[in-house]
Amino acid sequence: MARLDIDFCGIRSPNPFWLASAPPTDKAYNVERAFEAGWGGVVWKTLGEAGPPLVNVNGPRYGALLAVDRSLIGFNNIELITDRDLEVNLEEITAVKRRWPDRAVVVSIMVPCREDSWKAILPRVEDTGCDGIELNFGCPHGMSERGMGSAVGQVPEYIRMVTAWCKRYTRLPVIVKLTPNITDIRHPARAAKEGGADAVSLINTINSIMGVDPDTLTVSPAVGGEGTHGGYCGPAVKPIALNMVAEIARDPNTAGLPISGIGGIGSWRDALDFIALGAGSVQVCTAAMVFGFKIVQEMVSGLCAYLDAKGFSGVEALRGRAVGTVTDWSHLDLNRVSKAVIDQDKCIECGRCHIACEDTAHQAITCTQNGRRHFEVKEEECVGCNLCVNVCPVPGCITLRDLAPGEIDRRTGLAVSARRLEWTAHPNNPMGRRS
Amino acid sequence: MSADRKADIRPGRLTAEAYAAHFADHVPPLTDAQALLEASRCLYCFDAPCTRACPTGIDVPSFIKRIAEENARGAAETILESNPLGGFCARDCPTEVLCEQVCVRNVQQGRPVAIGRLQRFAVDRLMASANNRIFERAPSSGRRAAVVGAGPAGLACAHALARAGHTVTLCDARPKAGGLNEYGVATYKTADDYAQREVEWLLAIGGITLQLGWALTGADQLEGLCRDHDAVFLGLGLADTHRLGVPGETLAGVVDAVEFISALRQAPDPGTVPVGRRVVVIGGGMTAVDAAVQSKLLGAERVDIVYRRGPQHMRASVEEQNLARIRGVGILHWLAPVEVLGEGGAVTGMRFARQQLGAGRLAPTGEECVLEADMVLKAIGQRLGNPVLAQCGLALREGRIAVDESGRTSIPGVWAGGDCIAGGQDLTVDAVAHGLRAARDIDLQLSIARTRSGK
Ligand SMILES: Cc1cc2nc3c(=O)[nH]c(=O)nc-3n(C[C@H](O)[C@H](O)[C@H](O)COP(=O)(O)OP(=O)(O)OC[C@H]3O[C@@H](n4cnc5c(N)ncnc54)[C@H](O)[C@@H]3O)c2cc1C
Ligand SMILES: Cc1cc2nc3c(=O)[nH]c(=O)nc-3n(C[C@H](O)[C@H](O)[C@H](O)COP(=O)(O)O)c2cc1C
Ligand code: SF4
Ligand code: SF4
Ligand code: SF4
Repeated sequence: MARLDIDFCGIRSPNPFWLASAPPTDKAYNVERAFEAGWGGVVWKTLGEAGPPLVNVNGPRYGALLAVDRSLIGFNNIELITDRDLEVNLEEITAVKRRWPDRAVVVSIMVPCREDSWKAILPRVEDTGCDGIELNFGCPHGMSERGMGSAVGQVPEYIRMVTAWCKRYTRLPVIVKLTPNITDIRHPARAAKEGGADAVSLINTINSIMGVDPDTLTVSPAVGGEGTHGGYCGPAVKPIALNMVAEIARDPNTAGLPISGIGGIGSWRDALDFIALGAGSVQVCTAAMVFGFKIVQEMVSGLCAYLDAKGFSGVEALRGRAVGTVTDWSHLDLNRVSKAVIDQDKCIECGRCHIACEDTAHQAITCTQNGRRHFEVKEEECVGCNLCVNVCPVPGCITLRDLAPGEIDRRTGLAVSARRLEWTAHPNNPMGRRS
Repeated sequence: MSADRKADIRPGRLTAEAYAAHFADHVPPLTDAQALLEASRCLYCFDAPCTRACPTGIDVPSFIKRIAEENARGAAETILESNPLGGFCARDCPTEVLCEQVCVRNVQQGRPVAIGRLQRFAVDRLMASANNRIFERAPSSGRRAAVVGAGPAGLACAHALARAGHTVTLCDARPKAGGLNEYGVATYKTADDYAQREVEWLLAIGGITLQLGWALTGADQLEGLCRDHDAVFLGLGLADTHRLGVPGETLAGVVDAVEFISALRQAPDPGTVPVGRRVVVIGGGMTAVDAAVQSKLLGAERVDIVYRRGPQHMRASVEEQNLARIRGVGILHWLAPVEVLGEGGAVTGMRFARQQLGAGRLAPTGEECVLEADMVLKAIGQRLGNPVLAQCGLALREGRIAVDESGRTSIPGVWAGGDCIAGGQDLTVDAVAHGLRAARDIDLQLSIARTRSGK
């Protein structure tokens, strides 16, 4: 049996599935239930400064993008950090950690960008007995307008500075949570590392507006007829998060920096994507908010079965295995040629591949043969773009076949070369090295 | 009627609740949520097979996508543009042998998209909306057309002609318009008086004068119509039925299935319709199934469909045969009627001769059997049975009116469509397609004539 337990920058947990800092980790009641269900760890809902707590809106704070069957594609919120008193939170964290010593309890913090603010709160958090802290530099709404959250996360110098303060005032591992609302994720990650961060976690939510109510013509959801941009998360953001995780994992400046992957994780398959691209732990919010805490059992079961089936000893053995396969476009091998192939036994003759290729790609799929409805790839036109594979409703019906070296590409009439040819060396590249 | 043995034919066999349940919609309408989910199963196929299979060529993927996008009105527009009787067809089309038979989801998921039910959803939504008019009549053309027969063929033709701006006189021998939509199709497919509601909606286009109780019974009438109108369309259906031609056919309790169904459709309450305790239905088509199932629903204890050939030869689809069996109807094959047995003028049973196929021909095996019955329903096919048509000089083929691919008959200025023409499928939707095809051709002819005459 593969081992699911992890040691993430010194924080140990029985499995890599943590609940992200959000409503599921808002208070002891939720966290207790989460641990009972089997979550390996939690990042407690972000704490703010001592004093009167924040207030949330008293109307809709969530919005969703739903499929026709009402399965949730994306989720948006305008919630702030915790709206509960700091003292209550600290007491609850202390009690929970005492009851669940084997689980990871990380505390998320967001206080103003002043050294004394961080100096004041860090010892109090450390006293709870928690395993680490996460700096919330990601929240894109509300808090950012007050100079916190993503307002810090968007300025690498601030990240470096605040991270350094934290390292000065606590012995706990420091995880810096990054905002995706930025052009190049490597810069904040590098800043975190330079400031001494033990790890980064990403992504926090993405700036978003869910839509407009067609009757009232107000943005939706609306609070008293007005709305604001919120933070987007859930399945729709996973590809964005994966790219950012991979960028950090393959950046030589941040190589080896532990990454906690977050964004759209709802199954072991999603977790696998993050782990293979370099994440040492994964965090979940939306999926738990949709299905409840029990889903962790399905994730654990699936990941275990996968690791066993593939002969991996544990999560660590899988971690980063796909990172080396991510490269820049300019290094892709332009001599590789693929062609779409339709499995006629599986084809249900819906014609989607034909119309997609005909109208918007390369006119490479027939719709009739000898007067009969028939869909077949014309290799002499196919550029192997994969569009038809993506629009076909039958799994495995259309596949891409890689041509072997020496085989004739019927589109160009040329034999496929065994040599590698990158754009950097391509004859058409004005900047390229001619070979 | 003899005193010792009375045929058991009577109304009121069931409670009022049972009648209400039995004759309610047999396929309930989809809810909003169901419609959205079902619509999401449609793949929006290229050159969609379902559209090709629809006699009226409804753009199925378009209307279903509109439902999925919560645009039911737009969906209804797509449907009614191709088939103004799309609401009725959604209820009575044998979709299992039309659009749904060829839906590609059959192959992949073993279950087609429920096209018929989605079609009904969209049209019902439109009909129930505050403004259910979607068509506007073109300015009057000054041309006049006569349509004889207000069944689906005639209604579709009249509606399309009126929409194009022509003035239409729509005549029918019956007291109500609708043809078999009103008098024939099974009660549980047409709940809530849908046939009449649809007729009203169709007539609201304007420009159509409905003349009920007007029967075409003489050659001079057709001549008159041709004289007074620029075009005439005949949508007469099949007014007559075949006879069994065996002894005992005139006994009390031997009833024509079409008439039996018509009486049921017109009864204000099914509880007033008499039915036998034991019913034998002769035939193998849709009418036989409908008569048998509705006899059962009226409370008959035992109902058997008796057909002289094998299951594979029945005109009723496998789905319809299954529907009959589920409702408790027995289906007996390879039995040909020999004699209706009676006592005191009333039916007591029927004798049949077992048949077999020898060299492609049906032949008796010599074996006979008797089924007890209080009522015998004849559903062995309908026929034109209107001598006037031949008298007028209309060319017939296979006993029905011969037409070309535009619906033109052998008499210039006279078109025909629906069950009364040769070569059709005898379905509501097919009749609609014939009516529309003729209307298109008539409209074209009338505009050519107008251009020529410079008017
Ligand atoms: C019992 C039964 C059940 C059926 N069920 C279905 C079903 O579920 N689905 C399906 O698709 N199809 C069904 N059909 C077939 C379908 O009803 C017909 O194909 C369709 O109604 C034909 O339309 P039509 O306009 O040609 O004729 P009809 O509907 O028969 O209409 C003809 C009209 O012409 C009038 N008429 C006739 N002669 C004259 C005259 N001399 N003068 C004036 N008016 C005249 C009649 O009164 C009638 O109103 C069924 C048929 C029957 C008999
Ligand atoms: C309602 C809601 C509140 C959140 N609050 C916080 C927060 O207080 N602190 C924080 O760091 N992230 C917060 N997040 C972001 C999540 O921790 C997480 O980064 C994001 O939702 C992406 O993960 P997911 O796709 O699994 O939901 C919140 C998310 C949601 C949906
Ligand atoms: S891979 Fe692209 S070009 Fe080739 S058939 Fe598919 S859609 Fe057309
Ligand atoms: S999309 Fe797939 S199922 Fe549809 S016609 Fe093309 S190959 Fe066949
Ligand atoms: S065949 Fe089926 S899936 Fe394809 S367009 Fe028609 S209803 Fe939709």
